[in-house]
Amino acid sequence: MSEKITFTIDGKTVHGKPGMTILEAADSSGVYIPRLCKGPGLKPRGSCRVCTVMVNGRPQAACTQPAVEGMVVENDSPAMLEFRRNLVEMLFVEGNHFCPFCEKSGNCELQALAYRLGILSPRYPYMFPKRDVDASHPEILVDRNRCVLCGRCVNASRDVDGKTVFEFVGRGGHKRIAVDAEAGLGATAAAAGDKAAESCPVGCILKKRVGYAVPIGQRKYDKAPIGSEIEK
Amino acid sequence: MSAKTMKRVIIEPVTRVEGHGKVSLLLDEKNHVKQARLHIVEFRGFERFIQGRPYWEIPVLVQRLCGICPVSHHLAAAKAMDVIVGADKLSPTAEKMRRLMHYGQMFQSHALHFFHLCSPDLLFGFDADVAIRNVIGVARKYPDLAVQGVMMRKYGQEIIKATAGKKIHGTGAIPGGVNKNLSIAERDLFLKDLEQMLAWGRSAVKLAKDYTVEHLEKLAPFGSFDSNHLSLIRTDGALDLYHGNLRAINAGGEKIFDQVDYQKYYDYIVEEVRDWSYMKFPFIKSLGPEKGWYRVGPLARLNTADFIDTPEAEKERQEFMGVTKGKPNNITMAYHWARMIETLHSIEKIRDLLHDKDLQGKDLVVKGQRRSEGVGLIEAPRGTLFHHYKINDQDQVVMANLIVSTTNNNTPMNLAVQRVAEDHISGQPKITEGLLNHIEVAIRAYDPCLSCATHALGRMPLVVEIFDHEGQLVERRER
Repeated sequence: MSEKITFTIDGKTVHGKPGMTILEAADSSGVYIPRLCKGPGLKPRGSCRVCTVMVNGRPQAACTQPAVEGMVVENDSPAMLEFRRNLVEMLFVEGNHFCPFCEKSGNCELQALAYRLGILSPRYPYMFPKRDVDASHPEILVDRNRCVLCGRCVNASRDVDGKTVFEFVGRGGHKRIAVDAEAGLGATAAAAGDKAAESCPVGCILKKRVGYAVPIGQRKYDKAPIGSEIEK
Repeated sequence: MSAKTMKRVIIEPVTRVEGHGKVSLLLDEKNHVKQARLHIVEFRGFERFIQGRPYWEIPVLVQRLCGICPVSHHLAAAKAMDVIVGADKLSPTAEKMRRLMHYGQMFQSHALHFFHLCSPDLLFGFDADVAIRNVIGVARKYPDLAVQGVMMRKYGQEIIKATAGKKIHGTGAIPGGVNKNLSIAERDLFLKDLEQMLAWGRSAVKLAKDYTVEHLEKLAPFGSFDSNHLSLIRTDGALDLYHGNLRAINAGGEKIFDQVDYQKYYDYIVEEVRDWSYMKFPFIKSLGPEKGWYRVGPLARLNTADFIDTPEAEKERQEFMGVTKGKPNNITMAYHWARMIETLHSIEKIRDLLHDKDLQGKDLVVKGQRRSEGVGLIEAPRGTLFHHYKINDQDQVVMANLIVSTTNNNTPMNLAVQRVAEDHISGQPKITEGLLNHIEVAIRAYDPCLSCATHALGRMPLVVEIFDHEGQLVERRER
């Protein structure tokens, strides 16, 4: 078996190693494929579908699809941009994402994706779901209004922290992130230093009492759009 | 007289006070005014829906109450949260950065109100042709003044951006301090235009003063009445727009209370709910609702202060107080003059702060013993602003009470409307546009959030409807 895989993304030749996903190969070649549920250092879930690319004419999640020699991948095309905009817009209307006062603003991957994809406002009606806030933990706040069900906390808690603090419950529109104690996060083994506590891409799982400490203009995505750290 | 023979005149919407307001006048068959009310008819609900939110979010969240002076809410909430986190004394850098933000806010807000919203009334006359009595008319006939207003506003807004991160709805103040200092480059940018702003601050006072003195005979009774006055005051009695204790005086200048720690404001100020308005009616507890209402804002602040600690504004204050021989000034239209004196004071304060090296300090946040309750007060452009919160042991807000500046002026604005209606509408056979504007001029003197959005283009969406005693519409005027 060859040690190197070669394929194209939007006509550009990229290289990867056997076992790499399309996303990993693209990252290593300096090509940014937008993604949300795939967190750094975490296993892919393929759940948000934001990283969907066309592989030889068929839609596939780049974070789970293995890179294969000679595949033709379409990523940064008008059609894929439109597809991703739709997905991200639906994530916005499905929760209660009030960026104007959210402490994650400027560091939020969902917000940064929206800016990168050129979303000014969603085309879909807001659902304004009733969601709860779990402030029972002394160091960590869980604001489910902003959860996008990416599952990073689930993976991080299980695979990195070895705690299984977070898990999904419910189905369809009722699906939500739960914690492994009826009394809330404060009754679990969660700790401020957990990978799960820092893996949230949005303003759902937050370290308490440090919001807004970084001034506007110096936040992560104030300086450069999301993905620019990958692009060459 | 029976209610059947009365006529009701509705002005709706007057404009927005974070929503909509309307004026209703009840006239008898000879068009004599029997009742005049300013109703605030939209319910916001901030005090309720921030319950459950984490306390550090509140300074950023509640400032969304307003797009005109969000800095005031941002800072009042931050001051309350300072109490919560036990920051009893901020670092010099933090306090001075917040003060700079606040004086920038005061400078831009007062300039906006005077040059863009009120100058058309003052320059062209209360009942001048509506086609020219607007900011475009000012720009055409007095282009230098219009530019001055825009540039003063810009300067203040740039200061807000440098201290809060954004010109509107920034994040600069956090519980226990601030999140940034002022860089040398930012400071030098403001120093470059400082002399021009000082010059414009002086000329703005002169404009307001000359206008008021020249028209004093007409302005003195216009929407005027004796009232109590309330504001924060520094411990030495100086005007202080950012911090101090509460002082209330009566119309004659006698102190009702003085140097009251505002953490216990509720022992001195209570609010009354009336069924015809969503805006509450605060009053001084010891005097009761009938006699305890008071005015806040620039006029009240100049009346309560013993002196101003910047030389040029102090000189102007003395001249201002000279008009009423050192006694409190109860002339509603004198708000404009007082407002411009504060504008000059603000730019003097900005000058002093820009030369203070503490603004480049690195010590930004302090914390101490955590508390479960905090009150933050500030002198907002429109008057004393109260923020009061209770926090549970999970860091969530469980109670919030806000008394915003315009609310403090609720009774006074109602009385001003009533006085103008009695003096200028009572007995008049026809309701003219100029007449409507007289009511607006009186409301506008208070610079409520009422006058902000729509009036800026001279198109305050006024509708007046007159019904006969059988409820039939007999006249409707709209613009």
